[in-house]
Amino acid sequence: MVPLEWYLVLAAALFCTGVYGVLSRRSAVAVLMGVELMLNAVIINLVAFWRYLEPGAATGQAFALFVYAVAAAEAAVGLALIIAVWRTRDTVILEDIDLLKG
Amino acid sequence: MQITLQQTLFIVFGAITLGAALLVVTRRNVFHAALFLMLSFFGVAGLYVLLEAPFLAAVQLIVYIGGIAILIVFAIMVTRDMMNPDVPGANRQWWAAALVSVALCGVLGWVVLNHDWRATAGPVPEHSIAILGATLVDPEGFVLPFEVASVLMLVAFIGAVTIARER
Amino acid sequence: MSILNLAWLIPLFPFTAFVAISMFAYRNHKLSHQLAIGGMAIAFVLSQIVFWAAVLLPVGGREHAFESTLVPWLPTGLEVFSLGVYIDPATAVMLFMVPLVCLMIFIYSVGYMHGDPRYSRFFAYMSLCATGMLGMIVFNNLLAFFIFWEIMGTSAYLLIGFWYEEKSAVQAGLKAFLVTKVGNLFLMLGLVLLYSEVGSLAYRDIFDLETLEHLAHTPFLGTQWSMATVIALLLFGGTIGKSAQFPLHVWLPDAMVAPTPASALIHAATVDSAGIFLMVRAFPLFVAVEGGPQVAIVAAIGAFTVVLSSIIAIAQNDIKRVVAFSTISQLGYMVAALGIGAYVAGAFHLITHAFFKALLFLSLGSVTHSMEHGYRHAHAHYELEEDGIEGFDSHDMMSMGGLVRRTPHNFWTFLIGGLTLSGFPLITAGFWSKHEILEQAYELSLAVFWVLAVAAGLTAFYIMRQICLTFFGHPRTKAAEHAPKGEPSMTVPLTILAVFAVSLGWVGIPERFPVIGGLIPNWFHHFVGSTIEAGRAAKVAGHIAEPRHGFVWQPLAIGLIFKLGGLGLGWLVYGRKPMQAGETDRVEAAMRRVRLGWLYEAMRDRFYFDELYQATFVRGSILLADLFHLFDYKAVDGLVNLAGRAGRGISKVSGVLDLRVVDGLVNLAGLGMRALSDLSGVVDLKVVDGIVDGVGDTVRAGGRFIRPIQTGRAQNYLLLAFLMVLALVVMFFTILLLTT
Repeated sequence: MVPLEWYLVLAAALFCTGVYGVLSRRSAVAVLMGVELMLNAVIINLVAFWRYLEPGAATGQAFALFVYAVAAAEAAVGLALIIAVWRTRDTVILEDIDLLKG
Repeated sequence: MQITLQQTLFIVFGAITLGAALLVVTRRNVFHAALFLMLSFFGVAGLYVLLEAPFLAAVQLIVYIGGIAILIVFAIMVTRDMMNPDVPGANRQWWAAALVSVALCGVLGWVVLNHDWRATAGPVPEHSIAILGATLVDPEGFVLPFEVASVLMLVAFIGAVTIARER
Repeated sequence: MSILNLAWLIPLFPFTAFVAISMFAYRNHKLSHQLAIGGMAIAFVLSQIVFWAAVLLPVGGREHAFESTLVPWLPTGLEVFSLGVYIDPATAVMLFMVPLVCLMIFIYSVGYMHGDPRYSRFFAYMSLCATGMLGMIVFNNLLAFFIFWEIMGTSAYLLIGFWYEEKSAVQAGLKAFLVTKVGNLFLMLGLVLLYSEVGSLAYRDIFDLETLEHLAHTPFLGTQWSMATVIALLLFGGTIGKSAQFPLHVWLPDAMVAPTPASALIHAATVDSAGIFLMVRAFPLFVAVEGGPQVAIVAAIGAFTVVLSSIIAIAQNDIKRVVAFSTISQLGYMVAALGIGAYVAGAFHLITHAFFKALLFLSLGSVTHSMEHGYRHAHAHYELEEDGIEGFDSHDMMSMGGLVRRTPHNFWTFLIGGLTLSGFPLITAGFWSKHEILEQAYELSLAVFWVLAVAAGLTAFYIMRQICLTFFGHPRTKAAEHAPKGEPSMTVPLTILAVFAVSLGWVGIPERFPVIGGLIPNWFHHFVGSTIEAGRAAKVAGHIAEPRHGFVWQPLAIGLIFKLGGLGLGWLVYGRKPMQAGETDRVEAAMRRVRLGWLYEAMRDRFYFDELYQATFVRGSILLADLFHLFDYKAVDGLVNLAGRAGRGISKVSGVLDLRVVDGLVNLAGLGMRALSDLSGVVDLKVVDGIVDGVGDTVRAGGRFIRPIQTGRAQNYLLLAFLMVLALVVMFFTILLLTT
């Protein structure tokens, strides 16, 4: 058996990779990709916990499905935003999008 | 220690996932990053299979790779002219980000590893997918979240269209 | 109560007349002369009473002078001046003469001044003059004497300047006033000196034997002259002025512009006589010192005046001027007489002179009056040689002539007056009084005698000249041809005066006179002489001429030679062949022939005394006045202006002080305030605002400091979020670890 910890550590690493991507990528799309990675890590965590703690109930998987749904919705909206920003600002570099700069 | 097949498969899929993920976040070319993202998703799907959740693996493939990744690719294509290959892919705070992520990873790993999960790894029921399905529409189950999720996706769908619409 | 107390009332009546006329009767001509004559008449009656009482009663006559009860009059600090009447023989005879002559003159004035617009005023002035004279005579002290003396002087001024439309009248009045004022000054000094020495001005005190002794022996301010001498000479100064002696004689001829009755009053009865009366009154002072210089001075001045004025009279053509100069010379006679000590003779001549001088003036007044009427009459009917009324001088003898036929009464009165003046023997009063003087002079001072004798001759000459020119021959002008007779109001007084002129002399016939002497006692001498004799028997014996034991024929003879000779010469020159119209005066012609024309002109121009005085005294006074004015203007005003400027300077200094110092202080205070306020302003600005701004700046700085966090970049925010999460986790686990 693969120990649960392996999955969890993997998910953590994937999450942190996603964090790195979110925090350090210039392109907004790349940031979104990092967000997806983070979500994926989350789902992995969920599924791992379902499998190892309560495989009989469908709660874990249901939860995971809801996360999928949210992720999809979020990706759609995010990308729509990016396209909208690109249309007006002509850029997707997050560093250049600083209208709220104080 | 003897590495079982599962473990080996885990390591392979895990490596693919992480490796691809790392490449996603470091590739200068965003398109390449997108492709590696797909690869990472494939690895994740494999992991699901390993975790005896074939439905989710399929959902992963369909939703993520077939949906979100393609969407990302479309977005990249739409916004393609912007990406100058000479410009670095990372912004100025990448080192801080790296530190943070590493630290976070360390913290998370430490927490995970220092906690007794009492994972039993019991047997997965035969028709877990049916149970999943039944649970999703079960009024005492997750029908409400299910419907809400539907509404959510509808809203997101409309919203995305609205936002990304040509003026 | 003696009847002599009536003397108090004598001056009162003319004074009342003066006041009444001035206040009530101004418009009423008839009432005016009635009041004046009435007042004078009452005075005359009272005076006669007093005179006869003085003659007949023992008191007031021989032995004692009468002095009435005294009335306190002037408080003078230590003592009170008292006023009373003093009747002695001299006073008595004056009281006999003055009111009588004045009354005659007043009556005459009614006719003469008829029709004059200021008729009432004339009578008021005349009454005032009479008041002055009478007051002067009757009162008992020199102060009252002086007061009335001045009243007379004032009325003389008013009368001389009566017809004040004529500039010459105004000037003559002023001249009279001022020239006599010079004399009055000396008189006043004399009074002051007398009072300071004696302590009183009453006759009783002054003429007391002891007082006279004291004065005679007190030296005047350390000189060798005695007080008595000096006082006497000072008093004589008054006489020189009032009685027109040399050198103050210049006013009298000019005073002829007065109306003739006024001239008569002034020169016969009052003013001129007053001067002589002063000497009569103060005679004891004159003779207090034996052989003092005053005698010589007085006599010399008198004698000189006589001769000078006689010479001038010869060359005068104005009928009044001749009489004026004759007045001066007769007054000189009196002065000379008194000077040499012939007290009685001088007083006698004073009395007789009043009558015949008044007679002469009033007569010539009739003559001129007739001439004027004749002129008007002729002018209305005939062509005249003279050019206009201004060219006609009713006084010019050269335009008269033949008036003996036209106005015979005038001729006779004038003749009597003229003969009396010249001292025609026996039948004129003038003879007796002049003779007495000559007699005394012969005995006391031969020099004076010869001068007086020569002057007598001259007098006779010029009066005969005057008579001839006026009355004899043919009328030289149409005016003279038509001169009418005089009116009764004028002729009656003339007659009365003429009577006195003739007869009065007989009261003074010297007893030793051949043939007639002794028939009538020399009453005058006894009566008047007693004034002196009574007081100073032995002492003055040497000075008072006593009737000598024998008769001296020389003065009589010499006098007669000169007088008759003068009359005869005058007749020869002017009377035998009377002058024709247009003919030059014969004396003048004669003098010109012997190259003495200049002398004649000098005589006619009165020896240029007026010009001399004008050039010296008048110009000198004006110069002095200018000098004083300059002094006042420059020095006094300069001082005043200086004071003013000093005041202004002081005010300016204080102004500057006020401006600089005071304002400086105020401004300083203000500046201090402002500085203070600036300071607080600065404090407010720097500190308070500094704090406030500082707070603001701090906040802003803080904001600026913090703002960079808001980069506007989502990734930055996210990074921070994750960092915070990490921090929290670390913190959380640290706490956890620490607590476990």
